[in-house]
Amino acid sequence: MSHFINNKSEQVDKSDTDDTYTLGPLQSGPPCCIPEPLIRVENLSLYYAAKPALESVSLDIYKGCITALIGPSGCGKTSFLSVLNRLTDMIPGCRVSGKVHFNSTNLLSPSLDVQGLRRDIGMIFQKPVPFPLSIRRNIELPLREYGMNKQADLNEVMQQVLRDVGLWHEVKNRLESPAQALSGGQQQRLCIARALALRPQVLLMDEPCSALDPISSGIVEDLIQRLRDKYTVVIVTHNLAQARRIANFAGFFWIREQRAGCLIEFGQCKQIFEAPAHELTAAYVNGSRG
Amino acid sequence: MFLLRTDRQLAFLLGSCALLSAAIVLLILLFLVKESWPVLQHVALMRFVTDASWHPVQGLYKLTPMLSATLYSTLGAILLATPLGIASALFSRYYAPPFLAGCYRRLVELLAGVPSVVYGFWGLTTLVPLIGRLHPPGVSLLTGILVLTLMILPTVALTVDAALAAVPVAYVRSAAALGLSRWSLISGVALPAARSGITAGILLAAGRAIGETMAVLMVAGNVVEQPHSIFDSVRTLTANIALEVAYATGDHRAALFVSGIALMTLVLVLVGIAECFPRKRYYD
Repeated sequence: MSHFINNKSEQVDKSDTDDTYTLGPLQSGPPCCIPEPLIRVENLSLYYAAKPALESVSLDIYKGCITALIGPSGCGKTSFLSVLNRLTDMIPGCRVSGKVHFNSTNLLSPSLDVQGLRRDIGMIFQKPVPFPLSIRRNIELPLREYGMNKQADLNEVMQQVLRDVGLWHEVKNRLESPAQALSGGQQQRLCIARALALRPQVLLMDEPCSALDPISSGIVEDLIQRLRDKYTVVIVTHNLAQARRIANFAGFFWIREQRAGCLIEFGQCKQIFEAPAHELTAAYVNGSRG
Repeated sequence: MFLLRTDRQLAFLLGSCALLSAAIVLLILLFLVKESWPVLQHVALMRFVTDASWHPVQGLYKLTPMLSATLYSTLGAILLATPLGIASALFSRYYAPPFLAGCYRRLVELLAGVPSVVYGFWGLTTLVPLIGRLHPPGVSLLTGILVLTLMILPTVALTVDAALAAVPVAYVRSAAALGLSRWSLISGVALPAARSGITAGILLAAGRAIGETMAVLMVAGNVVEQPHSIFDSVRTLTANIALEVAYATGDHRAALFVSGIALMTLVLVLVGIAECFPRKRYYD
């Protein structure tokens, strides 16, 4: 149980009197984090039935960093994310080959505890998906699944994660009201809070801002910035400016002629945007292709 | 209101259809009242409750034993069919492999189409002797409830299945991404999301159970008496009408139409309950 409530002392005195919305100071991370790979992807290919969707992708995802995946629609970025938490298992006819290591366990092993993996690697979708339950139940449901049953513990974790996403002051007086009555931006932050409640190591985000208005999008973006160092974030985004603002590393995907997506270039964000090695990358980030 | 002429025409057409359907319900009620008027004129409404027994030829019109038979059998059938129907739908939606689920669904649809007389036959030849061995005479409220359960089970199963199918895929994916087990997904997300559909299905089935005549008539024994245990023979309102309408004349016939009104009222109450039911606590 201590797993859930380790930074108890940190959050209790945090802006309890402050009723206005605030995300707190940005913890803008170091220019780049210690390059220690948390997930190693080698030669990953993915097929839907016989149709290849991704071909031989190799990259490392570094611990505590934000990795942005950019590229045109249909080039397999979302498929790539789905491999990392094995949501591909749910797609009939989907086949994955190659090697993916997470904390030195083989992530593609058929005998892997997928439920445990998904607890360690959370995912946020493009459209916010609050369950048709109260705000409280939305956060509690996964916690109860993992055996946290004491109401005091549940309340503590809930308050902590809602504070982390800057939602606590907006919802603390209506925790029992339906989550689906929240605005789009609030819903997305609730979904992030729900994922954070499980204390994952990695958060996969599939265009988390693209269904939101610019203000909400900005708030969520600030939030992602604050996740740096504490969580490893892999984000798919079509917003190049956003990728450039928040990412430490960037990977550029493109569709080959045979209609399979592939990774063209991967490197530090600054390098991808300012000195791309590949001409396709240069064309895409400058807006002349894609 | 409408910019286009075709829109106006369509609105008129649809409006007329809606009006017609509403009018038909009212006309049926009116017809029932008109046919039962002769007896209602000189028999106070309370006498249908307070009379000593149901002997319409002697001018005794007690309807309550049959009303309670209808209520008990419907209630019993709903209580049995709801959990079974939900379990069946959960099996075919979340646990059965796709091929088996498809076959299973076809089978349940087929079950929904079996004529009630056939259920009655089966009840009469199989169920009645079985229950008779347990507690004679066999033709009883319990047999009626069991046959009714079998009849409305497919309705519950199919509507709940449809309601579960309408649960957005995003919920399922999202629940999986949180590492929720299948049962948590079902109990925590899918069932709450499908609740309004499930309620609708149960009410639909209740309506069917109230109105069902033939199967219950064949297995319930048709003794007009207030049931004291589930092994007592009972006669439902619908069975009463079906049994007596062929030879009833005068006030007797009109009294049967009063039981028709009683049935109609029952259904109206049911619809009323459905309306009062909290529609959807959580908005989409």
